[in-house]
Amino acid sequence: MAETRPRVATVLAVSSVVALSLVLASCGPRSDALHLGSTTSTYDSGLLDALVPAFTEAYPQYSVKVIAVGSGEALELGRRKDVDVLLVHAPAAELQFVRDGHGLDRHPVMYNDFVVVGPEDDPAGLREAVDVGAALRRIAAAEAEFLSRGDDSGTHKRERFLWSRAGIEPVGDWYREAGEGMAAALLVADATGAYMLADRATYSSLSDRLRLVPLLEGDPLLLNVYSVIRVSGARHPEAAGAFAAWLGSDAGRNRIATFGQAESARPLFQPVTQSDPPAETLAKLEQALSGQGLGPDR
Amino acid sequence: MTEIILRSLYVSGSALLLAALIGLPLGTALALGRFPLRRTAATLVYAGLALPPVVVGLAVYLLLSRSGPLGGLELIYSPPAMILAQALIATPYVAAITMAAVESVGPDVRLQARALGATPLQALLLHLREVRGSLVAALAAGFGAVISEVGAVMMVGGNVLGETRVMTTAIVLETRRGNFGLAIALGGVLLAIAFTVNAVLLALSRQSERRLFPS
Repeated sequence: MAETRPRVATVLAVSSVVALSLVLASCGPRSDALHLGSTTSTYDSGLLDALVPAFTEAYPQYSVKVIAVGSGEALELGRRKDVDVLLVHAPAAELQFVRDGHGLDRHPVMYNDFVVVGPEDDPAGLREAVDVGAALRRIAAAEAEFLSRGDDSGTHKRERFLWSRAGIEPVGDWYREAGEGMAAALLVADATGAYMLADRATYSSLSDRLRLVPLLEGDPLLLNVYSVIRVSGARHPEAAGAFAAWLGSDAGRNRIATFGQAESARPLFQPVTQSDPPAETLAKLEQALSGQGLGPDR
Repeated sequence: MTEIILRSLYVSGSALLLAALIGLPLGTALALGRFPLRRTAATLVYAGLALPPVVVGLAVYLLLSRSGPLGGLELIYSPPAMILAQALIATPYVAAITMAAVESVGPDVRLQARALGATPLQALLLHLREVRGSLVAALAAGFGAVISEVGAVMMVGGNVLGETRVMTTAIVLETRRGNFGLAIALGGVLLAIAFTVNAVLLALSRQSERRLFPS
């Protein structure tokens, strides 16, 4: 027994060394692809599957790795320099990201909008609300069930912003957090007949499976703008620059505009142009979101 | 699809290999060795069974992130990162079951072998042969833990198409996209693979026991 011990220790030591060297040996060639941090909404809708090949066709010297996570996580990956360029939709957090020196620049690329969806019978009477603030106040007053994404995604950030702007701290049995992606959360809201803030692209792709209907739309505060941000200190700055420039070029805009047109009546994402959405609307939205402009409405 | 299945097998198979290289000797040492803090180490191994994969994934991510301590290796979002994370998840399974199996056999086997002139190493190997079936079960448990695992590989692999997408992360993605049919189909394939691997392992262990103890 006494003589067994050193043997066991030797075997242990040798195998640890072998294991470690195996891991290091399997490292292989280092990855040289552009790392694009983006959101589940752009990936799950299939937009990036259309954009990335079009980009690499125009720039065959680059390859692209897509990391699709929530906007909050994507920005954190950018802070840690694990991605070279971001395509995200959380304007207030993006502005902060650039202000903190993590991003070189930020350009709005495309937009669609959020809609407040809810059960057909509309117990809180959202159809009579004049804007999204009024709609949320009706939900809170009626204590009608509301499902939040609760995952620090771009949609969740916008929802929290809209509540605080409406002057309401949503607490109570009626306000629940799903902690899920958009599609999963919509299915939960559908099953329980809850109200929810949804992005139009995901809602449209699932609408034939849902009983939820859009009850409030068209408020400028529901504009959902996606921006491209070049991460400062990125590993692949040239590729990041090329990708950001290509997204804003005519070729990139066309690809965004034509995406999904075959399947749905209206395009899922509109490219941002000089006049659309109106620069004034965009500026107002950003001001409101970053809390510098208009305070809470009433 | 084939490529995703093969990558799943490559990642989880490599992780199991690493876990076996560490877990089998570690479990044996914890069962037979007499050294300080042995009990604490054994408890830690058992506690490792309860470690959520996503926490392991987060730890490996922070380690391998470009701004992490090992960021210079540029392993984040690559299969080696996924292998490392899954090996950390599988090791407690392999070590814990090995430890329990080796402890289940008394010292008589080794004492008798030593009395008959076997070297300490020969005696140890004889002891391990006694519990061969349980060691295979340890490997099966480790493999089951990682082939079905999604949190860690999603976090350190990034679910990149053609590079780090494996079956479990593909299932999450297709579910998120609303393609429930495809997700269920992938789940079926995953189950079939798990069944096949376990059947093979079990057959191997039965065979080896028959060879050792012919009736």
